[in-house]
Amino acid sequence: MNWYDITFYAFALVTIVSAIGVVFSRSIVYAAFSLLFAFFGVAALYVLLAADFIAITQILLYVGGILVLIIFGIMLTSRANSVEMKKGLLSIAPSVVLAGVIAGTLIGVLTTTKWPSAGTAPAEETAKPIGALLMTKFVLPFELASVLLLVALVGAVIIARREKGRKA
Amino acid sequence: MSLHVELGQFLVVSAILFSLGIYGVISRKNAIMVLMGIELILNAANMNFIAFARFGVMNLSGQVVAVFVIILAAAEAAVLLAIVLNIYQQLNTVNVDEVDKLKN
Repeated sequence: MNWYDITFYAFALVTIVSAIGVVFSRSIVYAAFSLLFAFFGVAALYVLLAADFIAITQILLYVGGILVLIIFGIMLTSRANSVEMKKGLLSIAPSVVLAGVIAGTLIGVLTTTKWPSAGTAPAEETAKPIGALLMTKFVLPFELASVLLLVALVGAVIIARREKGRKA
Repeated sequence: MSLHVELGQFLVVSAILFSLGIYGVISRKNAIMVLMGIELILNAANMNFIAFARFGVMNLSGQVVAVFVIILAAAEAAVLLAIVLNIYQQLNTVNVDEVDKLKN
């Protein structure tokens, strides 16, 4: 157990406890704040995986973008007196069984498989090589992603605004 | 599996995250809670990509794929929240089991 291992287990614990808080909390606002800590924990694990650029992207986009969107959605859709989600759960037993089966299968397969390992040292810097890869090997998905973002932006605006004008 | 942190530990963490996300998606009624479950699932998938980029034979390609996953997650969250807001204005609910009308 060196410092790397201790740090990993600490952040893994933070991530998993926060994720448990997201899916089991009764209040949707508490769930959103648990999701904040889960995102930060995942970003810390990315740093431990020598993916500094992805970690910063994770914090900027997930915490700064998606989580803010989610909190806006919560504030705009929950009634003032119903922050507590009464009867907010569907049938619990099948969900627990299904999620447990999936978890058991995944962990069993992932831990027993002999993965091919390169055994290389972690990359010194990642931002520059990622940029080079985006411009060479992944240039088509990169351009498609930009078009997709534009379509999603325009689509979101149109969907969210549509029936202000013509209330059916 | 030893206690020393290698590929396996990261994969186990991501598998637990994935299962929790699945549980959130199928047990919750609120559409925004379903979205949070989906985000957990996408994070788990991303962690797998990056873990294999570090320990496996993917090198940096795994990290580039993770960037694309984050982009898709952002686009999906924006569109889904627009749909949820629209549904809330029309039907005054965001519970996915009460939204059963295709038309007024």
